[in-house]
Amino acid sequence: MRVKRILQEKEAVIQSSVDLTLIDPLIEKYKSKKGNLIPILQGTQDIYGYLPKETFIKISEQTGLKLSEMYGVATFYTQFRLNPVGKYIVKVCHGTACHVQNATAISEAVEDALGIKDGETTEDRLFTLESVACLGCCSLAPVMMIGDETYAKLTGNKAVKIVKEIKIKESN
Amino acid sequence: MKKTKVLVGLASCGIAAGANKVYNKLKALQEADKLDIELKITGCIGMCYREPLVEVIDETGSYLYGEIDEEKAVEIFDKHLKQSEIVKDYVVKSDLFESKDDSFWDGQVKIALRNCGVIDPENIGEYEEHDGYIAIKKILEGKISQEQVIKTVLDSGIRGRGGGGFPTGMKWRFAYNNKADTKYIICNADEGDPGAFMDRSLLEGDPHAVIEGLIIGSYAIDASEGVIYCRAEYPLAIKRLNIAIDQAREKGYLGKDILGVKGFNFDLYVKEGAGAFVCGEETALMASIEGERGMPRKRPPFPAEAGLWGKPSNINNVETFANIPYILLNGAESFSKYGTEKSKGTKVFALTGKINHGGSVEVPMGITIRDIIFKLGGGITDGKKFKAVQLGGPSGGCIPEYLADTIVDYDSVNATGAIMGSGGMVVMDETICMVDIARFFLDFTGKESCGKCTFCRVGTKRMLEILTRITEGEGKEGDIEKLEELAYQIKDNSLCGLGQTAPNPVLTTIKYFRNEYEAHIKDKKCPALNCKKLLTYTINPDTCTGCTVCAKNCPTDAIDGARKEIHFIRQDACIQCGMCFSKCKFDAIILS
Ligand SMILES: Cc1cc2nc3c(=O)[nH]c(=O)nc-3n(C[C@H](O)[C@H](O)[C@H](O)COP(=O)(O)O)c2cc1C
Ligand code: SF4
Ligand code: SF4
Ligand code: SF4
Ligand code: FES
Ligand code: FES
Repeated sequence: MRVKRILQEKEAVIQSSVDLTLIDPLIEKYKSKKGNLIPILQGTQDIYGYLPKETFIKISEQTGLKLSEMYGVATFYTQFRLNPVGKYIVKVCHGTACHVQNATAISEAVEDALGIKDGETTEDRLFTLESVACLGCCSLAPVMMIGDETYAKLTGNKAVKIVKEIKIKESN
Repeated sequence: MKKTKVLVGLASCGIAAGANKVYNKLKALQEADKLDIELKITGCIGMCYREPLVEVIDETGSYLYGEIDEEKAVEIFDKHLKQSEIVKDYVVKSDLFESKDDSFWDGQVKIALRNCGVIDPENIGEYEEHDGYIAIKKILEGKISQEQVIKTVLDSGIRGRGGGGFPTGMKWRFAYNNKADTKYIICNADEGDPGAFMDRSLLEGDPHAVIEGLIIGSYAIDASEGVIYCRAEYPLAIKRLNIAIDQAREKGYLGKDILGVKGFNFDLYVKEGAGAFVCGEETALMASIEGERGMPRKRPPFPAEAGLWGKPSNINNVETFANIPYILLNGAESFSKYGTEKSKGTKVFALTGKINHGGSVEVPMGITIRDIIFKLGGGITDGKKFKAVQLGGPSGGCIPEYLADTIVDYDSVNATGAIMGSGGMVVMDETICMVDIARFFLDFTGKESCGKCTFCRVGTKRMLEILTRITEGEGKEGDIEKLEELAYQIKDNSLCGLGQTAPNPVLTTIKYFRNEYEAHIKDKKCPALNCKKLLTYTINPDTCTGCTVCAKNCPTDAIDGARKEIHFIRQDACIQCGMCFSKCKFDAIILS
């Protein structure tokens, strides 16, 4: 199962006026390079966690890239998100190896614990839940990744415990 | 006396198992005791099922310790490193005595993985000490011609390890013959098959081997620029590649006038993928490098004529490139002596699923699947029955137990209806439902279809709908025939490999497990007890404690029973959601 796209939020997202100057160095770096579109979008997402609408307009104005082209690319690749995400993205692997080791149970347990479905973000904006296709640790399946940390040989309970520990850490 | 070496396997999966903590512990102990040992990191040793792994090499020999945590690390430090007393209980491999895991290594021949788990991948000096960059030096110093290099690759018989199996030497010759002012050489590190990690192991464990392969390729075909297209899900591989590229540039293996040879210019960069399986297809990959949507295009023109930016380009897989320096250094024969008539050399496989020894192995082509799974792989977990093995991921198929004596070479595997693929082997036992596996893959390919061809875009959806229906007990007479018809239509009317092979998982499971499909459709039963909707849930009166958890969680209130009394499921109200099964802590819910 590939990464499910982060769902469009029902209400318009409060575009808490993002600081557009953050992407100036990025635009400078890639401005006149061929094949620059994907690296620019990746860099932008690294800064904001997603691709804010305003950045599209600014990038387009300053690099001459067409808005339609940018949107086309941003929606083609699963990496790109058009809406803000939680501080922690919980990526549960649903590659073949994890599937046969019952990754579904991991997703269900985490969904239960966080009260969100695949692709959604918790109300406190702490967690976003995503399915991904293979994190490369298949022989230790089932696997999930939060931030840079990979957790292997999971059970539903183990996964929930990990998520809860982060929650406790954050509330302190 | 030589310094004792201590290597900690720090590839992604080692780190996931906690190897960083072990490394840090050992480091702290070493510093506190000022012990004169060489503590180093290394890549994937292959025994992923025994992670975290620590190897100690002292004057007496080598000892590989498995499943090491911080506590055991302290023990190894105190006993082995300080008092030369081997902690035999934790040793999983040694050159001095036998251990129960030795079968994992029997029959392995490491060519592509020659340095993985041996050297520190972040240190170019160690690669050089292990014959690294000698092949390219030999070529340049010996003024070996481009034709000669290509001939050696051709004679070695190596075929592309990315899945297609096209002879690499032939590909290089095409690219060489197309003259142009600029040419590109590309390494496909997209590793899209979910459940496979051979390329990740290689990139994390021996990035310089891939880089040297690219340099040799660039020399052979006159490419001035190279790109390694690596999937973003492999942050550690990307990091180590970038370190390696910088080191290689510093040492003059990359850049202008490489190794002092006037006019031999070649440089290289890593391009991060953005999450699209179809970008592993060569023309889509190039479109993606150009910053566009990764949609495959018609061939011809082939990349060797008009590839990246319209220039002649050559694209090969990570493992293909990793073999190249070895072949050029040791001669075509050193590689072609392994394997079968039409599939030469060795192949890396990633063993996953219901197998005891999950990890990566490199074996000569021609070994049987049974040997890989039962000898090297240690058989099926929990003593269950081996049912099938999935080869080739979404483009491949399931090979049933009775064909396990099939040898791994391109033609033999193709004859089963599966494909060799890139080396992922997902082992399945009797608890895995083949219809569900087919559904799983069609779900994957349907979502990953780029949408250009109607049959691939819509056809995979229709197949998925039928498969989902079957797994939910809504299968109809004629569904199997409909699946087959759709499968051939999709195969015949798709532009790229994704669509052309997407039906393979369905076709092979129908071919080998037709009775399982029929059981779902006709008897509304899932023989593997896997498809929730086709199960009957009952409560075992002997183990039920009357904790009421199941009753509280049942969405339809189908469970009766008072606290501390045996519970009971009313079958007419049960919707087979499986909730009670996953909630009961006493394993009292029985599936049938
Ligand atoms: C849908 C699709 C996905 C592919 N994914 C990969 C991949 O992840 N890695 C890879 O090396 N080749 C992949 N290939 C094969 C490449 O198109 C290409 O044949 C290969 O990189 C050539 O290298 P080789 O000759 O060394 O195998 C894929 C092909 C298709 C059709
Ligand atoms: S076969 Fe599928 S993935 Fe390939 S080009 Fe056609 S629609 Fe795209
Ligand atoms: S959850 Fe299990 S033990 Fe508890 S009442 Fe239900 S069946 Fe009995
Ligand atoms: S399977 Fe679902 S509906 Fe049926 S008894 Fe269990 S919890 Fe209730
Ligand atoms: S299938 Fe889950 S890590 Fe590869
Ligand atoms: S990644 Fe550690 S042994 Fe395979």
